[in-house]
Amino acid sequence: MLSLISEMFSYPFMVRAFVVGTLVALCAALLGVSLVLKRYSMIGDGLSHVGFGALAVATALNASPLLVSIPIVVLAAFFLLRISESSKIKGDAAISIISTGALAVGVMIVSLTTGMNTDVSNYLFGSILTMSEDDVILSLIISSVVLILFILFYHRIFAVTFDESFARATGVNVELYNVLIAILTALIIVLGMRMMGALLITSLIVFPAVTSMRVCKSFRTVILNSAIISVICLWIGVTFSYIYATPTGASIVICNILAFIFYSAFGKISEAKVKMQK
Amino acid sequence: MSLIVCKNVSFAYEGVPAVQGINFDLAEGDYLFIVGENGTGKSTLIKGLLKLKKPYEGEIILAADLKANEIGYLPQQTIVQKDFPATVMEVVLSGCLNQLGYKPFYTKKEKNMAVRNLERLGIKSLKKESYRDLSGGQQQRVLLARALCATQKLIILDEPVAGLDPLVTAELYQLIDQINKELGITIIMVSHDLEAALNYASKILHLRNEQLFFGTLEEYRESQIGKIFLKDHVNA
Repeated sequence: MLSLISEMFSYPFMVRAFVVGTLVALCAALLGVSLVLKRYSMIGDGLSHVGFGALAVATALNASPLLVSIPIVVLAAFFLLRISESSKIKGDAAISIISTGALAVGVMIVSLTTGMNTDVSNYLFGSILTMSEDDVILSLIISSVVLILFILFYHRIFAVTFDESFARATGVNVELYNVLIAILTALIIVLGMRMMGALLITSLIVFPAVTSMRVCKSFRTVILNSAIISVICLWIGVTFSYIYATPTGASIVICNILAFIFYSAFGKISEAKVKMQK
Repeated sequence: MSLIVCKNVSFAYEGVPAVQGINFDLAEGDYLFIVGENGTGKSTLIKGLLKLKKPYEGEIILAADLKANEIGYLPQQTIVQKDFPATVMEVVLSGCLNQLGYKPFYTKKEKNMAVRNLERLGIKSLKKESYRDLSGGQQQRVLLARALCATQKLIILDEPVAGLDPLVTAELYQLIDQINKELGITIIMVSHDLEAALNYASKILHLRNEQLFFGTLEEYRESQIGKIFLKDHVNA
């Protein structure tokens, strides 16, 4: 076991994958709780597809993937939030249009420039080999920003998530916090996308939150539990993918599915116990 | 002294008036019922009082010592809340948010206040329970405790008894009445429940896209509009 771990960490790309992955998993889980409770999970999905389009553009232009995709995805986050909040347009349909649209544009750009090759598969399903030194530094910066903002605004985020009307009435700038959450989500999606893949990154946002809610009773325990589940699933998934040469993103999602099943069963059992006592 | 004065206020959505000609003033300690059919502008008026929607015409004047963000508000429950994983304490504490200013975290002062209000509403024992596991009546008490944390002067309630059974409804009205009488907090209640209005209100505002009536309960009973409306809606 120990020799396996030391062997694994002797590869610099594995170290980078662990660092970036852990940070992304942690932040995604924190933001995910609020997004899931606000019924905004679809925004995450939409953003990751836009991210795929942006990556394709960056590759075609031979530009830095992160520098191109961050502004595009952040812009998309603004836009998707507006769509979800406005009751006039059918929000979910509009998000589908944008995400499939961005995906199609991305595929078109890739096939016209480099051609459909392993790159495309890497974008869609993730690859552990794509992390560079710069990515690690950028991940450290962005995730510290997310963590600090999340802790400082924790009580406001709770209020905005639980009851927008009340929060607004007591003078909380609800729009500001919604935009903040959307932008932070966009940043985390861009960071995690190349490792997890555009099609799978949303799972890091949605799974830990939903899993924790099966069992936890308070907002704080849901948040803490999500963070822990998310990071542990990522570690197990990455290690598994290293040993058995399975795709990294998919391995992590499978871990999350197992955690979800386990928590659901546990939640059902403890519920039944409570009923028996009554 | 007047706590709230509305002078010829109207509200519109994209230029189309939703409710107009609202003129009333409330004194400290009043208990106002806003009655009227669905979609006649009650909720719009509430948004206006909370400064969430600008009047299209006229003005709403709050007393100098009443800030808009110090009004306790009990909104209609949303689907999101029904299965929200949060403890009672977490929910009630969020009512203290308007006292934090730029501080990021709650201090002893806010926590004590939350506990005091839980005690006042007889739900201190539920402090650590999860909000989603509570009954409808208990959930409303929690939201009432949160509103009490946010205000010293005025609570606005939007259909607080919707979906509650008669016994729980009566208990909730009792509690709100106590808050009004014992703490001297002014109450504005939007409700369909005319019988409760007859039992508890000190003043009535009747809306049907415009103000049909404003005055004391006794005046309402004597008024033409009151007589018709009460006859139609109260079986007594």
